[in-house]
Amino acid sequence: MKITLDLDVCAGHGQCEDAAPEVFTVNDQGLVVQLIENPGEEYRAKVEDAARRCPADVIKIED
Amino acid sequence: MPMNRIVVAGVSLAGLRTAEALRLEGFTGEIVMVGEEQLFPPYDRPPLSKEILKGLWQEDRGRLKVAENLDPTLILGHRVTALRASDNEVELDDGTVLTYDGLVIATGASPKMMGSIDTSIPGVHVLRTFPEAVALREAIGGSPKVVIIGAGWIGCEVAATCRDRGLDVTILEYFPQPLERTLGPIMGAWAGAMHRAHGVDLRCGVSVSGVSGEGRVERVDLADGTSVAADIVVLAIGVFPETKWLEGNGFDLENGVLCDETLQVVGASNIVAAGDVCRWPNKMFNRTMRVEHWSNAVEQAAVAAHTLIHPDEPKGYSAVPYVWSDQYDAKIQYVGTGGEYHSILEGSTEENKFVAAYATDGVLVGALCVNSPARMIKYKRFLTTAPQMDLIEENLP
Ligand SMILES: Cc1cc2nc3c(=O)[nH]c(=O)nc-3n(C[C@H](O)[C@H](O)[C@H](O)COP(=O)(O)OP(=O)(O)OC[C@H]3O[C@@H](n4cnc5c(N)ncnc54)[C@H](O)[C@@H]3O)c2cc1C
Ligand code: SF4
Repeated sequence: MKITLDLDVCAGHGQCEDAAPEVFTVNDQGLVVQLIENPGEEYRAKVEDAARRCPADVIKIED
Repeated sequence: MPMNRIVVAGVSLAGLRTAEALRLEGFTGEIVMVGEEQLFPPYDRPPLSKEILKGLWQEDRGRLKVAENLDPTLILGHRVTALRASDNEVELDDGTVLTYDGLVIATGASPKMMGSIDTSIPGVHVLRTFPEAVALREAIGGSPKVVIIGAGWIGCEVAATCRDRGLDVTILEYFPQPLERTLGPIMGAWAGAMHRAHGVDLRCGVSVSGVSGEGRVERVDLADGTSVAADIVVLAIGVFPETKWLEGNGFDLENGVLCDETLQVVGASNIVAAGDVCRWPNKMFNRTMRVEHWSNAVEQAAVAAHTLIHPDEPKGYSAVPYVWSDQYDAKIQYVGTGGEYHSILEGSTEENKFVAAYATDGVLVGALCVNSPARMIKYKRFLTTAPQMDLIEENLP
């Protein structure tokens, strides 16, 4: 799965980490960091949940 | 009962996300969305008191994204005025009657009014909708003297935005401290000190009796007989859940419509609720609550849709509420609910970077994180383990 992150609008709500802790974390600057480069299909549901719960619409799933 | 048509009442965050989740749950029938507001896609509310009010965003930014497969039947610009649950029908303000197999209640909340204040007087504003945000932004365009009634989240954000623009700002609050309802008196005082340091004339413990002026607002009158000069007044004393249309069905409508753990309305098997309008038993904290925050609406949407489509596989919703607010240079994030202020766990108020603990009966129930975004989510997870305060030093996440 290819994910793009729009870091310009990330506001450190951490909802992504809450939804998919294996894939996302929030760093000390309050920005999302992707922990697995191209996460496998087993994470799709969680990453979709993360995208949906992100208040700033940062996470885009490209394929 | 087969589900052919689901009516969603309220087309904002909770209504839209529930409708999308119905499709994710496999619903292929008709989704009729009835909303009072005209804009579709609906706009997101948090930016209204932030980017939109500050003028940082173009007006078309801040709309919610809509899933491509939603395929809704939209009835916009109309209110649902009545529900007859025993007949599975709702009535709209133009007399239209819609039958449904399933109903989603997502009518949210609206600003509380103060009986003595007529909000149609020029210069008096409330802030819940996009047009109201645009009107307020235009009203603060010159250099008016702004008086905000109510120091809750919205009042405080409006104050911060107005001060950032260099305006003269007074906040009138009935309680002894701003944000006291969420943050309690001690951290409320921290917030108060922040607003005063940024030049707000914050007056707490005052009671407003009304507004007055010739043809437009000129003063806010206080119960002690004095008054405060004002060019613009923002009434921000909280919201009430939109449940009036549900009356007459035997539902419990005390502070929102009462649902069970799966967000099914108590007393109706084919009706669910989500968002600001919903009160439900939150197992995490062993009590019923209604939450007026963004993340709650989104998370409840998924559960409510599941309950409607798959009642045979019940999923409970238990959650740690989360709210954020941006004021001056403070990114404020609060996870959890209620409790008494306990102590500062990390950082310090002097650095304007800290985590403060809230506890009930020796158990951590809330964490106020200021300028500590990486920490907030750790505490959110930590809270679900009901940590004991006397052991907290060793166990910090
Ligand atoms: C200015 C502002 C700033 C905010 N900032 C934050 C923030 O920083 N962080 C945070 O967590 N939360 C914030 N919130 C709260 C968040 O926006 C709400 O929790 C969220 O909008 C709730 O969504 P909802 O769909 O349940 O209700 P609402 O957004 O209130 O939507 C309900 C919809 O139903 C419609 N409706 C009502 N009655 C009827 C009827 N009878 N028939 C048809 N339609 C009806 C309404 O017109 C509305 O469109 C903010 C809210 C505001 C107003
Ligand atoms: S939820 Fe969105 S805004 Fe928040 S940290 Fe994750 S990506 Fe950033």
